[in-house]
Formats: sequence, C-alpha cells, structure tokens
Amino acid sequence: MSYWYELLNQLPLDFLQFDFMKNALLSVILVTPLFALLGCMVINNQLTFFSDAIGHSALTGIAIGTLCGLTDPLWAMALFACVLTLVVCLLRQYSSASTDTIVGLVMAFAVALGVVILSRGGGFIKYSRYLIGDILTITPGEIFRLCVLLALVLLLWLTLYNQLFLASMNRSLARSRGINVWPVELVFSMAVALTVTLSIQWVGLLVINSMLILPAAAARNMARNAVQYTWFAVLFGLLSGLAGLVSSYYWDTAAGATIVLYAMACYLVSLILRRS
Amino acid sequence: MAAPENNAKSVRKDCTGCCTRLADFGVKLGDAQILSGINLHSHCGELTAIIGPNGGGKTTLFRAMLGEVPHAGELLFTHADGAKAFGVPRIGYVPQKLELDRTSPISVLDLFAAAISRRPLWLGRGLRIRNEARKALSMAEAEQLLENKLAHLSCGQLQRVLLALALVPMPDILLLDEPVAGVDRAGIAMFYRTVSRLRRDYDISILLISHDLSEVALVADRIVFLNHTILANGMPQEVLSSACVREAFGMDAFLAAKEAPVPRTEDRTNHHLAAILHVSGEACKCGKKHGGNAE
Repeated sequence: MSYWYELLNQLPLDFLQFDFMKNALLSVILVTPLFALLGCMVINNQLTFFSDAIGHSALTGIAIGTLCGLTDPLWAMALFACVLTLVVCLLRQYSSASTDTIVGLVMAFAVALGVVILSRGGGFIKYSRYLIGDILTITPGEIFRLCVLLALVLLLWLTLYNQLFLASMNRSLARSRGINVWPVELVFSMAVALTVTLSIQWVGLLVINSMLILPAAAARNMARNAVQYTWFAVLFGLLSGLAGLVSSYYWDTAAGATIVLYAMACYLVSLILRRS
Repeated sequence: MAAPENNAKSVRKDCTGCCTRLADFGVKLGDAQILSGINLHSHCGELTAIIGPNGGGKTTLFRAMLGEVPHAGELLFTHADGAKAFGVPRIGYVPQKLELDRTSPISVLDLFAAAISRRPLWLGRGLRIRNEARKALSMAEAEQLLENKLAHLSCGQLQRVLLALALVPMPDILLLDEPVAGVDRAGIAMFYRTVSRLRRDYDISILLISHDLSEVALVADRIVFLNHTILANGMPQEVLSSACVREAFGMDAFLAAKEAPVPRTEDRTNHHLAAILHVSGEACKCGKKHGGNAE
C-alpha cells in the first residue's frame, strides 16, 4: 500500500491528498473492471434480474449475520448469497418455471425476510448505509479482499470463459461440445453473487446492479465481436469509475451513484454512436 | 469442398458399415414419461427424419442422446452386424435457435473460437482458429460470413454456420433439430445440398427433426413417427401413408403422402428440392434409394 501512496503523492491532484481517497481510487480501479467482466456475461446469460436479486437479498444476509451476533455480517452475507444462488440454479435446472419467475419468487422471499428481521424494534435505519454504500471508508485490508476476488474472477475467465460463452448461447449446443453446462453456470452465478455481496457496502445496494450492467450494455452497442465487447466494457467501467469518484469528491455526493450516472452517460453516447 | 484429409473421424477410421442404435431408450422428466421403448437403428450415411406432434418428445430425444437429460436404455454405436462396438460416438448438434438479441456482439468467428479453441475468447482469436473456421464454413457454403455478427445473419445463413460448427471435429452422428424452420426456399436448398454432400463424403448418420412432410419425403431415407414412442418407422412413403401419421397431421399429411411418391418432382414448383433429391439419392450408400417403391 505504501508504494501506492508514494505513487499517488507524485501526482499533482488535490483530491489525492487524503489517504481515504487513495484507497477509494485503488478500489475503484479494482472493482469496475471486475464488474464489467462479469456484467458482459450476466447480459449474455440474461441474468440481469438474478444479479439484482442477489444485491437485494444481501439485506437478508446482513439480517442473519446480526441475528447470529456477528459484528461484520460480510461472511453471513456471502454464505447466504451462495445458498440463494444454489437454490436458484437448482430450481432453474429442475423446475419448469422460467428463470425470471424463479428469481422473482426467491428474491421477494429473501428481501421480505431480511426487512422483517432488520426492522424489529425500529432499527432499520442503521443499515441504510448498505443502501447507498460508502467507498471512502474502505480499508487496505478490504482492498486486499477485492484483489483476491478479482484474481479469482480472472482465473475463472481464463479457464471457463469459452464454456460459459457457448452455454449462454444454447445449452444443448454446449452439451454437444462436451461442456457440463450446469456446474459451469453454477460457478459463474456464485462468482456474480460473491462479487455483488462483497462490494455492496462500497457501492450501495440501490445502484450495484446498474454498475454491473451499464458498462457491458454500452459495450454491446459499440462492439462488433466478443473480444471488443469485453474490452469496451472494461474501458467504460474504468472511465465511469474514475470520473464518478473524482466528481463525487468535488460535489460531495455518494460515489457509487455518481459512478452509475457516468456509466449511464457512456451508455447514451454509445447508443448515439452505435454502428449498425 | 473439403478435402478428405480434413476428415477427423473420432471413433472409426474407415467406415465399413457402422450403425447407430438406440436400444430401449426412454426419458422420464419428473413424473412424466416423455419417451419410452425407443428402438431405432440408423446406418451411417443414412438420413432418418423424425416427425411427430409438438410435445411428442422429439427434441427431448436429442437432448437425451447428447447426455443433457438422463435416459434409460442405451445409445450404441456399432459395426453393422452388431458384433463390434466402436466406442462413444462423436455427436454433432445443430440447434433450432440461439439465444441472441439484436445487439448481441458475437461474430461467427467468435462462435467457432469459443467452441474449438482453448484460449479464452476475450484474449483474442488466433490465426489458426480463423483458418480452421473458414475451412469448416466453406463446407457449408458460408465462408464469406466469417466476420459477420450472428445477430445480423438470416435464418438460413445462421443454420449453415451452425451446421459448419457441428462439423469440427467431424461427428459420427449429426443431430439436426428443425434446422430449416423459417428459412426461405433457396436457403433450404442450400442447407440440404450441404447435408447431402456430408452424407456422401463422410458417411455421417444424420437424424433430422422436421415438421415439413414434403421436405422430409424428399430428403429422408427413413421416417420415424414419434409421439412418446415410435408409432411408425420405415420408408418415407410407407410412413407418410400410414393411418397414424395421416391422422396426426390431418389432411396435409394425407395429401403429402399421396403426392409425395417422391420421383414426381416435376409436379413440384420447387426445382431446388428436386436437385437435392438427385444428390441425396446418389449419396445414399446403404442401398436404400428412397426413390424406389416401398415393399
């Protein structure tokens, strides 16, 4: 971390004089490409509603964590998100209902449960920071956690990307090429769930799904093939992340939401520039 | 046209009369018995068409053969006399459709790279993959589509691309699930021209799901009428004129069966299909030219 601080001290940018901004900058640089990568595949798999549901049900994870008396409900959140993902994947495999219906059902249940537990005795307000998120409070230890997560997703992207890609187009086709579709999809869904859960207190529950989807959606308008798709998404994610963080410093606004506004701007520009 | 050295046969080096057998094949999903007692026998180089009502289990049969849904019974790939098994056959599959929307940023080359290469697609696609894809596409008259987006292809073009994809590596059994539904006449002709050439050059045994009885009558060596189990199985004219098929397909089937005695293609307005018939008649190696009269 000290190298990072040293490096940034060389830059003549006044918002970088505070350590919390340096931390926030690093985490934005880690989180936005991570979200962009996953977002591409989330859209390919038509799982945007799923990632949204996972974000919302983080509330339930927090609730369960507090019930168990944990001060940091993170691991309860992560565990709950994984269980939820498993349930959704199982239902998707073995039930005849559509994925959207299944996700909708599971999410409604999870969110209701979470709100009921957290609102007991009128204490809901102290959890509202999860709704908006605050990237400025991130600590070096938590940044390290994000690094590990990014490394894991990159590993997944290096090993299973092609299989996921084919499975997202047609499961039978993927199967005919020797891909075990179900486990691959489960691993991917888990990665999305963990990423959303681990980032939620920095980004905010209300806007986290937009941060996942918008860079990829903008890239879809611009890209002519899957290679460009991935890299455009990463570029848009990084650009809106940096612009959003800096703007939030000067405007004194929530960083997550500001980043999403920039991502939305990227999307609109891409819509205008869209090549037919 | 692909040179024979491109022919990467997985199980058998040289075809000396191999066949695909489904023995007592059955599929149960939940409480519903979708398929039961399926006994099917298809020689290499033979095109077997599967017809039947929606919900009759046609696609499920394919999914079970691919191992996507669990099944009872066996899929055997053996020497024609049944004595020698060749091992696990390589199955090529051409799906009915892909999950694509208009903005889907996936090119034909991407599809091939993801399917053939081990290198993750987002790190770029190598020259080797490009050449391999082009070679496969040329087998289906689609090499000019290499850089196109899948979402911008016509139905017919997309099906030819998917067919080409199913040919790398060259399969032993090719499953076509309503490959030309929604394709225009010229596209259908092009598609079946490729299929016929494959049968002739590579001795692939082909299973085709279709709803178009007149098309089936022209291209198939054998027709199977499937509704949860096999209700009719035989030469095209035989099956198309059988009572159960006529009933299931209503008047259309009746007419198709009456008209279909296949050689009378001059009656048909569509000369493309006549051309196909010619090729596929030639291609049929198992001595069962479907132009002849049924016993």
